[in-house]
Amino acid sequence: MSDIRQSWYEAGARERIAALVDSGSFAEFVGPERRETSPHLGIFDLPAQFDDGIVVGSATLDGTPILVAAQEGRFMGGAFGEVHGAKLTGLLRAAKALGRDVVIAFDTGGVRLQEANAGEIAIAEIMRAVVEARIAGVRVVGLIGGRAGCYGGGGLIAGCCSTLIVSEQGRISVTGPEVIETNMGVEEFDSRDRALVWRTMGGKHRTLIGGADVFVDDDAAAFRDAARAALAQSARPLSVRSAYPHSFALSEVEGLGSIDGASTSLSTNGGGSIDGASTSLSTNGGGSIGGASTSLSTNGGGSIDGASTAPSTNGSGERPGLDLDTLAAEQARLERRIARFGDAADATDIWQALGIDDPKAVPDMPATAFATLAAQYRESADDAR
Amino acid sequence: MTPVEILASLFPSGHSVSAEGDLLFGQGTLPGGTVVHVVGATARAPIGIDQAIRLSGAVLEIARSDDATPILFLVDSASQRMSRRDELLGLSEYLAHLAKSLLVAEARGHRTIGLLYGGSAAGAFIATALACGTLVALPGAHPEVMDLASMARVTKLPIDVLEAKAKTTPVFAPGLDNLVSVGGIAAVWNADESLADQLQALLARPRDGDDRAALGEKRGGRPKSARIAGEVAAAAQA
Repeated sequence: MSDIRQSWYEAGARERIAALVDSGSFAEFVGPERRETSPHLGIFDLPAQFDDGIVVGSATLDGTPILVAAQEGRFMGGAFGEVHGAKLTGLLRAAKALGRDVVIAFDTGGVRLQEANAGEIAIAEIMRAVVEARIAGVRVVGLIGGRAGCYGGGGLIAGCCSTLIVSEQGRISVTGPEVIETNMGVEEFDSRDRALVWRTMGGKHRTLIGGADVFVDDDAAAFRDAARAALAQSARPLSVRSAYPHSFALSEVEGLGSIDGASTSLSTNGGGSIDGASTSLSTNGGGSIGGASTSLSTNGGGSIDGASTAPSTNGSGERPGLDLDTLAAEQARLERRIARFGDAADATDIWQALGIDDPKAVPDMPATAFATLAAQYRESADDAR
Repeated sequence: MTPVEILASLFPSGHSVSAEGDLLFGQGTLPGGTVVHVVGATARAPIGIDQAIRLSGAVLEIARSDDATPILFLVDSASQRMSRRDELLGLSEYLAHLAKSLLVAEARGHRTIGLLYGGSAAGAFIATALACGTLVALPGAHPEVMDLASMARVTKLPIDVLEAKAKTTPVFAPGLDNLVSVGGIAAVWNADESLADQLQALLARPRDGDDRAALGEKRGGRPKSARIAGEVAAAAQA
């Protein structure tokens, strides 16, 4: 790891993987030397790329084997075409078979429209593969902070992940601003109003409403540390079992640990420390790399042991994965969001309803200050995803 | 066919399916005695957060039962609702949650069958019909990924170029045949024969994994995806 801060937003797919995993540990599957290009782009006289805009392979993270994928947002906007999608599907199926966790660095506008039908089905296949892997106890951690954001079908795949780590630049949405404007008119959504785009779809808003779990600065090291902490969690913390459906109060007392019936599991299974971990990570991500790395390595060090033992139980199916209880908790969480914020006209109204005194100041807040604020006021997904 | 005609052909002895806005909920009994849960997104309506959360709630309620009752999802929708409010509140999460609900219901033993009898598009298509274990269609169904005007905006290609390409390029153009050729739709049912018979035949065949890439290869719409996915999975396990 270098001392020089590396922007995640500016990095390419291969640079992101290099920043994420242990040096020299990455082995690519069906790499560019195979020249498995899109069979469809030629129809539009568009240039193909030898890796079709995604890099997939295996690596270690602090010695623990993982599978990793990174989309290249600079090729066709990171969009899902036939080959691109098939590589991720294959990786996820292997993850299920091996009981091995997966990290996906999203950077995508969604389906590649020049091969739209192939891309659409690829999205459906990937979502199924994510869910089947998670049911088997595998964690699928999504990282979102690239140029293309995470739009369209990419947003739906992200919604299937166990944990989402975002930076301010990490926009998550289904319909992109231009498409809303084209279909519904500029009165509905002015795609040139960048401030509107960022506060409606950006990483800060997603973090505040529980659409993303961990907020980090635009820093490759911060993404790595957050991914490491996410992988150290159990596939589905037991807190989910007891935290729904009345977990409304969680956001207001996050980190305190004991909430009614949830108190037992939260205090005994590490649920409380998970909150603590994500809070300190977020704060750390804010930029002071020296201080951050100290506390992070302490954090990570303790939990990595847990992670390295996890895959062995994982493969035998003992580690609880995505199940009905997870989804019942998510159902309650998403119903509550509509009940609480369904009439809000703008993100700032939601932030105000969350209790933030000066919501208009949020977009300009530095990452550290924002992470501290978010830890206090956000709606936490609390693993209900 | 209309939902009324479809339900009559599926459940000749009657059913309890009723409409709630543009959504359908209820159940019917096939002539052979099999009970089938029905959910539906109808009337070419968009699917926003309010529709998605209602559908997922119904699916999860069914999934909670251990009786392995199949779920039939009737689909004639627009795309996902394109609005500032839906995106502000996180429509991607609601659609993903609906898809996950269907996938977990299936994993718990409930066969999930999508029946596309009209339109569907983009994220709404992915979260409903394409999240089912088996997707069949009726003739006249018209799925699409995105309307050509939006495609023109996003791809920055002139719309007349897209319209011309759409006539000759199955991999990108809207339409039932094109989605069949990439393996997204397992079969197109015969509207002149009993839908109950066709559903019973489908349920009698066990489903074994996601075969859409293999179908797409066989039908020529997706020449590479089955092989590439297989090679990546094999390399990872080598």
